[in-house]
Amino acid sequence: MNIAESASGKPPRADDGARSGLARTTPRPTLGARLGGAADLLAWPLRVSHYLELVNPLWSTHTTWARVVDVRDETADARTIVLRPGRGFALHRAGQFVPVTVTIDGRRHVRTYSISSAPERAPRRGCIAITVKRVAGGRVSEHVVRELRPGAYVALGAPQGDFVLPAAARPRLLMLTAGSGITPVRAMLQSLAARGVLDDVVHVHWAPRVAEAIFADELRALAATHPGYRLQILTTRAGDGAAGGAPHFSAAVLEQHCPDWLARDAFACGPRALLAAATVHWADSGAAPRLRIERFEPALAPLAGEAGGRVCFRRSGVEVDSGAAQPLLLAAEAAGLHPAHGCRMGICHTCTVTLRSGRVRDLRDGRITGEPGARVQICVSAAAGACEVEL
Amino acid sequence: MSAAAAMPRASQATRASSTGPLAHLDADRMQSLAEEFDAIRDEVLADRGARDRRYILRVIRTQRALALGSRLVMFASCAFHPWLGLAWASFPAFLSLLGLGTIGLAVAKILENMEISHNVMHGQWDWMGDPEIRSDTWEWDLVCPSSQWRHSHNVMHHMWTNVMGKDRDVGFGMVRVTERQVWSPFYAIQPLSFLLLMTFFEWFIAIHDVQLANVLSGKRSRAEAMPLVREVGRKAGRQVLKDYVLWPLLAGPFFLWILGANFVANVLRNVWTFIIIFCGHFPAGVHHFGKNAVARESRGHWYARQMLGSCNIDGSPLFHVMSGNLSHQIEHHLFPDLPSNRYGEIAPRVREIAARYELDYNTASLGRQFGTTVGKILRFSLPGPFSRRPGEARRHAALQLRQRSARRAQDRR
Repeated sequence: MNIAESASGKPPRADDGARSGLARTTPRPTLGARLGGAADLLAWPLRVSHYLELVNPLWSTHTTWARVVDVRDETADARTIVLRPGRGFALHRAGQFVPVTVTIDGRRHVRTYSISSAPERAPRRGCIAITVKRVAGGRVSEHVVRELRPGAYVALGAPQGDFVLPAAARPRLLMLTAGSGITPVRAMLQSLAARGVLDDVVHVHWAPRVAEAIFADELRALAATHPGYRLQILTTRAGDGAAGGAPHFSAAVLEQHCPDWLARDAFACGPRALLAAATVHWADSGAAPRLRIERFEPALAPLAGEAGGRVCFRRSGVEVDSGAAQPLLLAAEAAGLHPAHGCRMGICHTCTVTLRSGRVRDLRDGRITGEPGARVQICVSAAAGACEVEL
Repeated sequence: MSAAAAMPRASQATRASSTGPLAHLDADRMQSLAEEFDAIRDEVLADRGARDRRYILRVIRTQRALALGSRLVMFASCAFHPWLGLAWASFPAFLSLLGLGTIGLAVAKILENMEISHNVMHGQWDWMGDPEIRSDTWEWDLVCPSSQWRHSHNVMHHMWTNVMGKDRDVGFGMVRVTERQVWSPFYAIQPLSFLLLMTFFEWFIAIHDVQLANVLSGKRSRAEAMPLVREVGRKAGRQVLKDYVLWPLLAGPFFLWILGANFVANVLRNVWTFIIIFCGHFPAGVHHFGKNAVARESRGHWYARQMLGSCNIDGSPLFHVMSGNLSHQIEHHLFPDLPSNRYGEIAPRVREIAARYELDYNTASLGRQFGTTVGKILRFSLPGPFSRRPGEARRHAALQLRQRSARRAQDRR
């Protein structure tokens, strides 16, 4: 599941996440950390961790690696990947997501996926699971669903996100999920069940067809054993002998399946349309704070043809309009910034910065880069629509 | 070209191209030359992928394992030292093991500096998007801070390769390697400074970006230089602490032996990198360029200058890896940010283009390239032009002297 960066408010870089996670959990260095720091002086300019990584990637602390220990097909195009994270991986809370880095064709790609397993019910001891649905034309999801095999390694960031269960001991909940939006909610349901408090949850799940409903059997089994868990799977398209044609989210559907929705903490996860409709409905009822949503489609900046766009230099807090042919370096300088740069012709890489969102065009070959976290040379890149760079 | 330097600015470009080593290429030929080189570059850029990543990861893993293994062999050698009085103790065994560890460490440092760090810092591997292998955050096992080296090397040297007064790597400010450098008594001792530079190469690289000569002569303010000096100090401190304090301390009574072995490993690395690097731009037949000859140069002209200002060294695949593929100096200077494992693959095509455009492709054995470099060091330690057209070099020297005194006069004002 891809989560738009704007939804999480955190950069999806694996290393950033790991580092900030470490900083949060260890405010003062322990004796072990001090000894490790001293040992690192022997390994300078690397760290001891770089040498441990040679022996077993799971011992590394500079990158948190995870080994794929199992893969399970959930539907024809969704697969659960069971991962054994290495040292330094913080325990997650049910509903959180994790940045996962995979290598395709020599290039590293980071995507955030919801963890589909509950910490209380690990798929294997010390393991977590992610469940990924193949997106048509999606390079990374295609790779994760089709190519990852047990024994492969992926890098993980720290688990993050506030799409988590309320602190109340016995929460009254409403879950609205569609498609692969089920994944974080499945972790929550497992967590509730494991703690024995799955006793007042209404869950409406939309899937195109029964066969495409991820975790359908497991959820039905859960409903059969937990009377307080009321599950409704709505199929919108015909197939598998089912009639299909169930309506998408609407006020009427909500009233039908959960009349007391206003009295519940609601969680919604799914495609843009569902989240937009739910957000409007809760806001109109003056209950916006009771609804939490989780996005899994990145908000792409629309391409403005050859028109350039608005550039935000994040660190400097400067925003300027920049033409389609104007290098970002020039735009920054025109705005009074002094970015590090060298040759100004694309050979020395002194000016390379991280793209946060939006798209840039490489002026040399016209290629568009639109992946958050990509490294772009600002002396030869121009805005292709609105974009944000770390500068 | 030196004559061109004296001409009024407006005609410089045309004069330069009518007399220099690129005179036979008109604007159209230059354009098609640029297109041919661009095509090679685009082709390789588009083809980068899993096999390139496998290559660099393999080199990095090998280097790290070798570095650690060699240090462990050094420690193991101590068990053979007669001091300990163990049954198997003997000096020959001790020294051969220590020597083995030392050579292993030197090889690891050479791999780290040349095939890994130099190329990573060129941005050759940035396309992988790997946060661990990235040009702007990489730090290397050398006393020179990588940030400073990136400036002096990637910007000053690669942009202005062999351009007099621009490329500060011409003789590294220590030796005279072309008649275009005005002789001064300082160069009389250059056979000695050459050896000094070779032995302690990493330290000279470390202070290269500080531009010590310019600071001493007052051309560069101390305020501007001090942050760089402090940065060098911090980096050098860490390097010294590691190689000359902490690792030797771990060896206890064998402190001095390990310290000595680390020193020798560092010097071996210095000598090897020095030899390879001096073969890059100084062997016989290499071209240098006047500052005015490159004003407003076209892309094709830039490519051609990179080619004429660089020299390759012939050798085996292992030799190329051990030289950080700087034995493919020409390909590296044409395409500084292509992955180094690709230089050998494109070399035949570059050579074929050079032949078609009648450009020198300077390649020869290590013996010839380093031999002629040493020959130049000896020859240019003495004053005097070294030109087939006497008078040209003299006029050039006179011009440089005039320019220098004019600059001084300006500085005084």
